[in-house]
Amino acid sequence: MLRVSGLTCDYGPVRALAGVDLEVAQGSITAVLGANGAGKTTLLRTLSGLVRPSGGSARFEERELTRMAVEEIVRLGLVHVPEGRGVIAELTVEENLRLGSLVRGGDGGSLADAYALFPPLERRRRQPAASLSGGERQMLSLARALLAGPRLLLLDEPSLGLAPKVVAELMAVVKSLARERQLAVLLVEQNARSALSIADHAVLLHLGKVVAAAPAAQLLADEKLLHAYLGY
Amino acid sequence: MTQFLNLTLNGISNGAIYGAVALALVLIWRATRIVNFAQGAMLMLTTYLSSAMISGGSPYWVAVIGAVGCGLVIGALVELVLIRRVENAPPLNAVIVTLGLLVFIEALAGMIWSSTPRSYPAAFSIQGYKVGSTRILFSPNDTFIVGMVAVVALALALLFTRTNLGLRLRAAAFAPEVARLLGVRVGRMFSIGWALAAGVGALAGVLVAPSTFLGPHTFDPILIFAFAAAVLGGLDSPLGAIVGGLLVGLVLSYVSGYEGEALAPLAALGVLIITLMARPTGLFSAARERRV
Amino acid sequence: MSGVEAVPRLEAPAAGRERRIAALRGLGRSLAIAVISLGLFIALSAVVGEYRDLQLADGAYYFAAVLGLTLVVGYGGKISLGHGALMAVGAYAVALLVADEHWPLAGAIAAAAVVAAFVGLVLGAAASRLHGPYLAGATLTFAVALPQLGNRFPETLGGENGLTINPPAPPGFLGAGFPPERWYAWVAGLGAAAVLFFVLNFKRSVYGLRLRACRDDEVAASLCGIWVSRTQTLSFTLSAACAGVAGGLLTVVLQLAQPGAFPLELSLSLFAVAVIGGLGSIWGAVWGAALLVLLPNWTHDIANSLSLSGNVAYNMPLMIYGVLLVAAMLLWPSGIQGALRRLFLYGRGKLSGRRVRNQPLTEQGSAS
Repeated sequence: MLRVSGLTCDYGPVRALAGVDLEVAQGSITAVLGANGAGKTTLLRTLSGLVRPSGGSARFEERELTRMAVEEIVRLGLVHVPEGRGVIAELTVEENLRLGSLVRGGDGGSLADAYALFPPLERRRRQPAASLSGGERQMLSLARALLAGPRLLLLDEPSLGLAPKVVAELMAVVKSLARERQLAVLLVEQNARSALSIADHAVLLHLGKVVAAAPAAQLLADEKLLHAYLGY
Repeated sequence: MTQFLNLTLNGISNGAIYGAVALALVLIWRATRIVNFAQGAMLMLTTYLSSAMISGGSPYWVAVIGAVGCGLVIGALVELVLIRRVENAPPLNAVIVTLGLLVFIEALAGMIWSSTPRSYPAAFSIQGYKVGSTRILFSPNDTFIVGMVAVVALALALLFTRTNLGLRLRAAAFAPEVARLLGVRVGRMFSIGWALAAGVGALAGVLVAPSTFLGPHTFDPILIFAFAAAVLGGLDSPLGAIVGGLLVGLVLSYVSGYEGEALAPLAALGVLIITLMARPTGLFSAARERRV
Repeated sequence: MSGVEAVPRLEAPAAGRERRIAALRGLGRSLAIAVISLGLFIALSAVVGEYRDLQLADGAYYFAAVLGLTLVVGYGGKISLGHGALMAVGAYAVALLVADEHWPLAGAIAAAAVVAAFVGLVLGAAASRLHGPYLAGATLTFAVALPQLGNRFPETLGGENGLTINPPAPPGFLGAGFPPERWYAWVAGLGAAAVLFFVLNFKRSVYGLRLRACRDDEVAASLCGIWVSRTQTLSFTLSAACAGVAGGLLTVVLQLAQPGAFPLELSLSLFAVAVIGGLGSIWGAVWGAALLVLLPNWTHDIANSLSLSGNVAYNMPLMIYGVLLVAAMLLWPSGIQGALRRLFLYGRGKLSGRRVRNQPLTEQGSAS
């Protein structure tokens, strides 16, 4: 579904991605792991079009992403939930959700579906999103992304700042969504174990290069590798 | 006592104008984080175009609609051609660009229409209502002015809070990058924001032109007063713009009435300085932290 | 006890003396530059006709005003749209002192500097707390508000017609046939040279260094122990003094101080040429002053030769300023002087050919 080859990206003189190769199959969850500065966020931002790569290609179902505008990429079905969740604090919960549903004009489901999936959001539907807790914000950004009718979901560090129990629930939700809706997920995480617990495949980035790509279970078992690149 | 009443009424009708122009400034600030110092010049230009239409034989209402239409187009063009390039630059650059635009437009108007002020017709009678045996300083035209501004403000409020377009506009203003990731064409939203602001300004221009007359520099004070109003209300707050406008209108009216018209700009400066020293974010904006 | 006495004192008096020598040398250099500039100016005025002498005079006081403005804008990174009004303060001060109180010219101009400096102090105290658009709006309001005071107090300030002074006569030793226009030019030139001297010293001094630090990064500057608001207030005060001198010189040259001479356009033009000429640089102020004097003449001549109406001629300089301001921000954020320097460095191979988008506004660092 997604085929990335030789993707390079520079921020001025700094090379953030140095030739990344990666494949994501439909309905599968791929974890992207790596330490800080490994290029994980840059990878997602390049895929969603926020950043222009300096070389390589990223094909999403025969469309070349590196030449498309951000807004077009979203309409294709590639939805990026950015680092920090991207919840618009000044808008209400309901307005944030509506924004998501505007992408496909309702094809991604209705607000009622979103509330059914995440009941706490319904309780706070008219409150400004600024008043939500970290876990609720994550629910909001995920629900909003789902309303946009994605076929490939890019999640950037969804577990950041969340308590372990909340993280576990979150990961379970992501996994079940992927299965039910045949949704492909590219999951960037520093919390390797929680990501690997739900992923099918995993890719390990270091200094902008892929240093390991394997089924998730295999990487989870390779303690030495994880310790070498992630420090734990 | 009559003088106080008259000054109050006068302040309200002037304040409606300042509020409308302040609203334009706030719209642009919210959308693109820029203070459009050329706002006064832009509405002067649209009023001149409207006046040209009237001279050419158009009925008043067509000319008014024409002014607003021109405003929409000019606003969108300015954003697209000029402002887009400095949206990501240091704020000083954008300020200078709008100042350059101000100077340019006023010079252009001077070239085309000369600096002699000309008159512009009012929609309704400008003779004050008769209350008992006295005539108060509030005319049918003033009622029209206040009414129009209220209607426009309400319409914009509905647009922003109830429609999908309004939601997109707000999202683009609050969090442009996130909005892009949700398929919002942020550039287009900025252009629309500027267009709406210029349209509101154009309306204010044709409403106030009968009393200020129309000349390349006659709207400079309006910009100043509107800026003070916008800052007073809080650059982030459309409601603040309207309320700020009314307050500034009242203050200036009292000062002009009791101390002389020449002191009005100084009073506006006073309002501005006091607001910026005491409550820099304005009366209506809670100092909100932006969290993504 | 004796062990402590044996430790050599690091702050030897010699270091203090060295610093003083360096300071005097800097002072001498500034004085030399000012004197040489004045000499060149006087020489130039001697060879051109009376009309050009008046233009030189205009150029001199515009130079003083723009120089003051570059202190605030280029060196300080703040916007001031009120320098036309500050010139008005100086102009009226000189008019009042010379016409009503019969002060000598030099004293009146010095007093104008002080009065304008006081106004600048108040403005600067406000300016130090305001940023970007707020400061622009406040100084813009000031520029519109102040000249109106002339109308509010017509008895003392002469209303619309303003105040006049008697034309200053050239001193006897210059000869009977000495053209008064040249004398005005010399007076203006002397005033401008004095302003140049002070500004050069300020820039070289520790205050100039502190100001640039504040412009580049206020937080970092205050962490270095620089009192940011005081430094910026000081620069505004000095800049206002320059504008006050410029306004006083204007009164000398025109023998008139009236509200109509200080419209908003003057403040905007001053700001425009400061930006276009090149922020923060002395040469930028020279270009800027030249532009202010020559552009109206050129456009007038062009309009005449093309038989365009008076309106076009009159408004052309302003239109050009507007276009150049916008163009400068979009294409050359550091003005003529900056563009010339880039050409120079490019020729020397120091810069790569690629132009950097969104370059910071001033010579170094960004403005608030």
